[in-house]
Amino acid sequence: MLANIERLLVKYGMNFVNGLGTTLLLAFISVLIGCFIGAFVAIMRLSKSKVLNGIAAVYTEVIRDTPLLLQLYFFYFLLPDMLPALKLSKFTCIAVALIINSGAYMSEIFRSGIQSIDRGQTEAARSLGLSAGQTMTRIILPQAFKNVLPAMCNEFVAITKETSLASTFYVGDLMTQYQTISGKTYLVLEPLIIIGVIYFVLTFTMSKLVALLEKKLKEGD
Amino acid sequence: MRDSFDYRNAPELIRVEKLHKDFGSLKVLSGISETIYKGEVVSLIGASGSGKSTFLRCLNRLEEPTSGHIWFDGVDIADRKLNIDKHRQKMGMVFQHFNIFPHMSVIDNITLAPVLLGKQSKDEAIAKAEALLERVGLSDKRDNKPSRLSGGQKQRLAIVRALAMEPEVMLFDEPTSALDPEMVGEVLEVIKGLAENNMTCVIVTHEMGFAREVCDRVLFMDEGVICEQGHPRDLFDNPQNPRTRDFLSKVL
Repeated sequence: MLANIERLLVKYGMNFVNGLGTTLLLAFISVLIGCFIGAFVAIMRLSKSKVLNGIAAVYTEVIRDTPLLLQLYFFYFLLPDMLPALKLSKFTCIAVALIINSGAYMSEIFRSGIQSIDRGQTEAARSLGLSAGQTMTRIILPQAFKNVLPAMCNEFVAITKETSLASTFYVGDLMTQYQTISGKTYLVLEPLIIIGVIYFVLTFTMSKLVALLEKKLKEGD
Repeated sequence: MRDSFDYRNAPELIRVEKLHKDFGSLKVLSGISETIYKGEVVSLIGASGSGKSTFLRCLNRLEEPTSGHIWFDGVDIADRKLNIDKHRQKMGMVFQHFNIFPHMSVIDNITLAPVLLGKQSKDEAIAKAEALLERVGLSDKRDNKPSRLSGGQKQRLAIVRALAMEPEVMLFDEPTSALDPEMVGEVLEVIKGLAENNMTCVIVTHEMGFAREVCDRVLFMDEGVICEQGHPRDLFDNPQNPRTRDFLSKVL
């Protein structure tokens, strides 16, 4: 088995590296854009407008209460149908699905972060003459962001693992590489072990970094 | 005690008419009509739950009045359709719990609003903020994070943060209630300095000695109305209303 693993690493080393790259790219795009969507949706969710509030609530609930794999299928079929002119690639459709999924989780993270900021902060800012929007962007969000940074990083770790579901559509991530390699070599366990180790090292390192960040942020207060 | 305030020559700054505030079925303010004159220092006293903080917070509409009018700057700022932000710039407010922005340095706390709202250029705001810090003895804290400040220092910072907007009136909501006893004096000293410089101040306070020494007029509130008011000498030494007498007998 060890010999097989060694052989696979030599022959398909670049496949694993490319897979890792795609996995990280998907996770990074999802979390980064998901972060903006999340902040926006969280503000909608906390606004006084019943319409905005309702839209945001439906979005977060539908995404959080259906399986990610189903969402991937949905956008994989929906987007090319809806926007044929754009000739969207598989990768784009899957990335959009992941972004929309991550946005919903991020919005809940942001919502708790915003609500954790003392009401007095808003009152002080408004009493100085700042508008509601200025208060949000200058006073509330910067503080909320710091509070939720660890939770956001954890979301990044979680989505890194969840991107493996995207392999259903052969988008080139780590799990896709597994399917390709095991198809070519008829080896099942060995490539699985290799990408398993890669996933583990990746998420374990990131989790430890998050813990470190959390500690640093606490000291900064 | 301050000399008698000359009401004949003082222009009106804030005129409140029939102000009501309900929280659900609870009536907190039951029809307050009152005028604050320019340069006057007024304190609001009364038991907790008497509505004094709510009254103060209605003046800059941190609480939305249920009905009534508040005339300031020639407009009725109790009008819900009015954009209150511009008017709030002219009303500084200081809170019981300071509400300093913890993610900004001391100087940024002061310059944020004047620069963001286009009242001063960045350089002007910094120069002004440095002068204000000097005035309240916080110059050496200029670049510190607020978490390093004591309660008294935070409250002095909160006062100059409000002053940086050059307000026409300062509203104080129990500014010393959250402070350790040894820090009360330094904050009252700053407020006293403002009063001496003819800044109009409305102060909700439990510090009766301070109210007596610094204020031109004391308003005693009970059950959502102003029961009695007058010069501190008259109100504290010769209260007319039995409710005022009862309250003062408990706190003095």
